[in-house]
Amino acid sequence: MPHQQIKFYQVGSFVAGNRLLRPDERSVQARMERSNTLTSGHRACQGCGEALGARYALDAAMRATGGQLVAANATGCLEVFSTPYPESSWQLPWLHSLFGNAPAVASGIAAALKAKGRTEVRVIGQGGDGGTLDIGFACLSGMFERNDDVLFICYDNEAYMNTGVQRSSATPPAARTANTKPVGPEPGNVFGQGKNAPLIAMAHEIPYVATATVAELRDLEAKIERAMEFRGARYVHVFVPCPLGWGSASKDTIKIARLAKETGLFPVFEAEHGEVVSVSKIRRRVPVEEYLRAQKRFAHLFKDPPQTDVIERIQAGADRNIRRFGLLPDEPDETGELMRLLAETDRGPQ
Amino acid sequence: MRRQIEGSQAVAAAVALCRPEVISAYPISPQTHIVEGLSDLVRTGELAPCEYLMVESEFAALSAAIGASAAGARAYTATASQGLLYMAEALYNASGLGLPIVMTVANRAIGAPINIWNDHSDSMSQRDSGWLQLYAETNQEALDLHIQAFKLAEEVSLPVMVCMDGFILTHAFESVDIPTQDQVDAYLPRFEPRQVLDPADPVSIGAMVGPEAFTEVKYLMHAAQMQALDVIPEVSAEFAQAFGRNSGGLIRPYRSADAETIVVALGSVLGTIEDVVDELREQGMKVGAVGIKTFRPYPLEEVREALGHARRIVVLEKAFAVGLGGIVGQNVRLALSGLPAPVYDVVAGLGGRPITKQSLHTLLDDVLNDRLEPGRLTFLDIDWNLVGRELQRTREKRRSGPHAENILRDIGVVAAGPN
Repeated sequence: MPHQQIKFYQVGSFVAGNRLLRPDERSVQARMERSNTLTSGHRACQGCGEALGARYALDAAMRATGGQLVAANATGCLEVFSTPYPESSWQLPWLHSLFGNAPAVASGIAAALKAKGRTEVRVIGQGGDGGTLDIGFACLSGMFERNDDVLFICYDNEAYMNTGVQRSSATPPAARTANTKPVGPEPGNVFGQGKNAPLIAMAHEIPYVATATVAELRDLEAKIERAMEFRGARYVHVFVPCPLGWGSASKDTIKIARLAKETGLFPVFEAEHGEVVSVSKIRRRVPVEEYLRAQKRFAHLFKDPPQTDVIERIQAGADRNIRRFGLLPDEPDETGELMRLLAETDRGPQ
Repeated sequence: MRRQIEGSQAVAAAVALCRPEVISAYPISPQTHIVEGLSDLVRTGELAPCEYLMVESEFAALSAAIGASAAGARAYTATASQGLLYMAEALYNASGLGLPIVMTVANRAIGAPINIWNDHSDSMSQRDSGWLQLYAETNQEALDLHIQAFKLAEEVSLPVMVCMDGFILTHAFESVDIPTQDQVDAYLPRFEPRQVLDPADPVSIGAMVGPEAFTEVKYLMHAAQMQALDVIPEVSAEFAQAFGRNSGGLIRPYRSADAETIVVALGSVLGTIEDVVDELREQGMKVGAVGIKTFRPYPLEEVREALGHARRIVVLEKAFAVGLGGIVGQNVRLALSGLPAPVYDVVAGLGGRPITKQSLHTLLDDVLNDRLEPGRLTFLDIDWNLVGRELQRTREKRRSGPHAENILRDIGVVAAGPN
């Protein structure tokens, strides 16, 4: 008799499956009326975190605005894989201008809509970490400072993937990229400060700043929906693993995103008007090694002999995030949370 | 209404009469008074509905105009010099996307050495950016060209640069006739975009295009510019009919029909040239001038027709192609290809150096007496002594120091040092 292993939708992630939720709490993606803003047929790689993040973020924004949405896109993977001539995967009005100007283009669209009295139409700017934190940074800061009515979403895959995996200011220390190869006395990317874009965004005291990962897509949707409740400049920074650039398995995109949060390397939080208002607690703390080992970009750290000093420095960074953002739960109440959800649904576990 | 006002204020008034819906700008001399004037008009509500974005750079200024124009708004910005270069990437993007943005370029030199004064090296450097380029001779024409520019841009769906000489025009007080809102409304229809970001009819603008269609898309830009060669005279003629004066057009000949020697130039220097032409005519010399009003698209046939009969042509230009020669000169030669008349390339007025009638008389005297070599670049009023001293220094000493500072020291502008 053929044996089939039974898989449950709860895979130890502590993410409640849709069927455990009340209908109004379910994912936008789980609804019949989802807009498929970034529709199928695009040319993203298998396991692309950016495609996943963009799909959830934009569908959530479309739902929040009743489809009254316009997007300005920076040059990058997202632009290239979604609009190879003569095709487009975008089912919303979409403009790609340049690599470094998406926030300013979005500001211009918002200004035009305001002048035309069409403020029910909302504007999203989006790009990767290079387009947001490096070449587009001045435009982003200007858009924040003027408090233009734009939600800017950065899909952070920690390097210039579109041009062949070169280092950006979001590339983590020690990571291998095409121009920070694991050669020489200090292999991989340098240990610098990098740019903490969410904190820089918060320093502008804009109405809303949030971080999210593609491991917790319902959280991402909720944050996009929350962002659309505000007027003015808003920023959502989404952590999106890149199997090609990170040397990770396509099937591990979600797992790696989850590990980034669970190690403390990527703090997940939201802030309003410059103040942190909520933090996603770490459910089960894991050492950074577990995160690093899943990616070939860190493989040089685990050769014989392993670079324990480097791993320790990365761990110290994660520990600092945990202290700084208070990422550890006050008292673990995972079962209680699950029981609350179960109690709230009239269907119970199916 | 006739008013004695600054050129920048005249342009601000003209732009406001065109009812732009989004203005984005970053300050740079000598453009500032234009955008300050517009800021006042938006703040007081005289220009409404209009959003004024005070952005963080010229790159952002044009980028915001790109977004606004793609969202169906009439969009305007202004810049000069370094600002225009900082916009360069977005200039090509605006024209490539076919967005009818209007921009004033308050012509100013490009550094280094940094210099805020007038020449044409900024707009000339972007002559192939896909923007239409109109050059104003007077403040009245600057005002008029802005009104024409919106009509022209929207008709051919390409962006237009209205170039006016920095300080010489922007900061000069002259009597100008400012039309009424009703006049401008009757002349300039509502902006009906060819493409617009609209949730009711979603389109993707700015998709990637590979070798399979890139040539065709670029050809369409060229075709639109070629179409503008027909549209510009129409827009200018309609303007003359509506406002009662001639402005713009492709070229403007001045006493050139029977001229043996014709001076070609762009912008405000034409006034001085025309005075010199008048004076030489009084002496019985057959001299004329041709102003190129539209440099892009380049009116090849009109230039050939206006200059073809001349015995010699002097192109006086406020920019040059380093390592080659005149820019306008090359374009004029192209128009005259196959004809024997020599073309003299004369670079003048760089970085704000005044172009005086006296210098032009000397120049034309040299030309008429064969003291200039055609095809060889002439620098009007250049101080060969200063150049020679600096060249001598570079020959004598490896670390001879920066040119600009050495020359300034030579002429006593900075404190003399032991060098």
